[in-house]
Amino acid sequence: MPPRRSTLIAILSIFGCAALALSFVDAARMRARQASALADKLELVSRLQLTDLCLFTEARYTRHPSQADLHSAFMDHPLAFEHFPTGSLVPPPAALLKAYENLDRKTEVSD
Amino acid sequence: MKIWIEKQKYLIDYTLASLARRKVKNAGLLVVYSVLVFVLASVMLFTHALRHEARTVLEGAPEVVLQRMVAGRHDLIPPGYLERLGRIRGVQSQEGRLWGYYYDSVVKANYTFMAPNTEAEAIAPGNIVVGPAMARVRGLAAGDVLTLRAYTGKLTRFTVARILPQDSELVSADLVLMSSDDFRSFFDMPAGHFTDIALRVANPQEVRNVAAKLAAQFPDSRPILREEILRTYESIFNWREGIVLLLSSLAVLAFVIFAWDKASGLAADEKREIGILKAIGWETGDVIRMKFWEAALISVFAFLIGYLAAYVHVFHLASALFAPVLKGWAVLYPRFKLSPVIDGLQVATLFFFTVFPYAAATLVPIWRAAITDPDAVMR
Repeated sequence: MPPRRSTLIAILSIFGCAALALSFVDAARMRARQASALADKLELVSRLQLTDLCLFTEARYTRHPSQADLHSAFMDHPLAFEHFPTGSLVPPPAALLKAYENLDRKTEVSD
Repeated sequence: MKIWIEKQKYLIDYTLASLARRKVKNAGLLVVYSVLVFVLASVMLFTHALRHEARTVLEGAPEVVLQRMVAGRHDLIPPGYLERLGRIRGVQSQEGRLWGYYYDSVVKANYTFMAPNTEAEAIAPGNIVVGPAMARVRGLAAGDVLTLRAYTGKLTRFTVARILPQDSELVSADLVLMSSDDFRSFFDMPAGHFTDIALRVANPQEVRNVAAKLAAQFPDSRPILREEILRTYESIFNWREGIVLLLSSLAVLAFVIFAWDKASGLAADEKREIGILKAIGWETGDVIRMKFWEAALISVFAFLIGYLAAYVHVFHLASALFAPVLKGWAVLYPRFKLSPVIDGLQVATLFFFTVFPYAAATLVPIWRAAITDPDAVMR
């Protein structure tokens, strides 16, 4: 007699849940394997005094977003528009950005 | 208990048979639902892992970077600044950094040129150490000679001493390291000038005080704290996650309309089915339980398929579908493997927001159909 549909779906569910749990185990295994590479990256950053991730190399303000000021996208010439695609993905709106420390001088003049 | 389990098993048997009668429609629903979970889970896993990577790696960044501004633009640090900085209490060490950008018109890529101090990396004059992505784009190997046009217009030959490790690509893809003398002559930068200054502060609680002192004593400068760097990346990833989620919210909305339409306007044959079931003696509770199993099976399996596919996509296939969005117009893009960090709470939240609304949306109209008179439903 073939197994009942409910039995098959129960077996399938158990497999699905096991795969879900396995993803956490696999993640832990990969993390352990990549731990030394991560430590090497940290060491390189600290040795070379790097400040940014190398994610977007198309413009200077997207290569080093933490070092560029918020207006650099519009500084190339008067009435310059921001024209790199990454620009729309990288800088958050000024109102949401609280990246700048609230040092006294900065509240008086714009950066 | 055994009777209850047996009853549920019969209900599931019936539900599966009922689903199989509308095979194409339900398979389509499962596929669309799984794709939706896949997109949401991919964004969630990718940004969480990238955020964790950024936080871990940038812990090594200098506590404070001091830039000089002239007329609102970043300018070189003139001689004498470093000495004046040393007199500020709390500053453990200060070091002028030499770095800048170079546009390579051959491959139309931007490189980051840098002259590390000799203790960090001793590079002989005439040699360079290059990042893995740049080596890939220019087809370089250790020992090769690279000719670049300096800012004075002179063609300069460099020998590639070595390539930085592949594993470090996320932070070093476009780096070109050279000696400080080579850097100064290549960019025609006068002696004693620096791009900016990196400061180490002994006591982490003193960093803000030191930055406030810097702001007061050097009115033409802009101090950038490590805390700010970390926060910048945090907001970039939040923003990017938000943008992608906003775009996928259109898909979510379409799915909500689809689910609502399916649920609220029960098809005539579904209504007839409910009427027949009630006429042959099923109770309202049984009908609702049967339909509950239908919604639960579809949504739970869609969640499992979508989540597992997203996991494989992000951590085993290096987020291949996201790469074009992240690359923008950049010629150099790092190939990196993220260290998989999964937030259990995030997965639970995703489960809650993808499985429960669908189950709830389908149950209400079923209940309304199930409490009406079977005769009226069947007509």
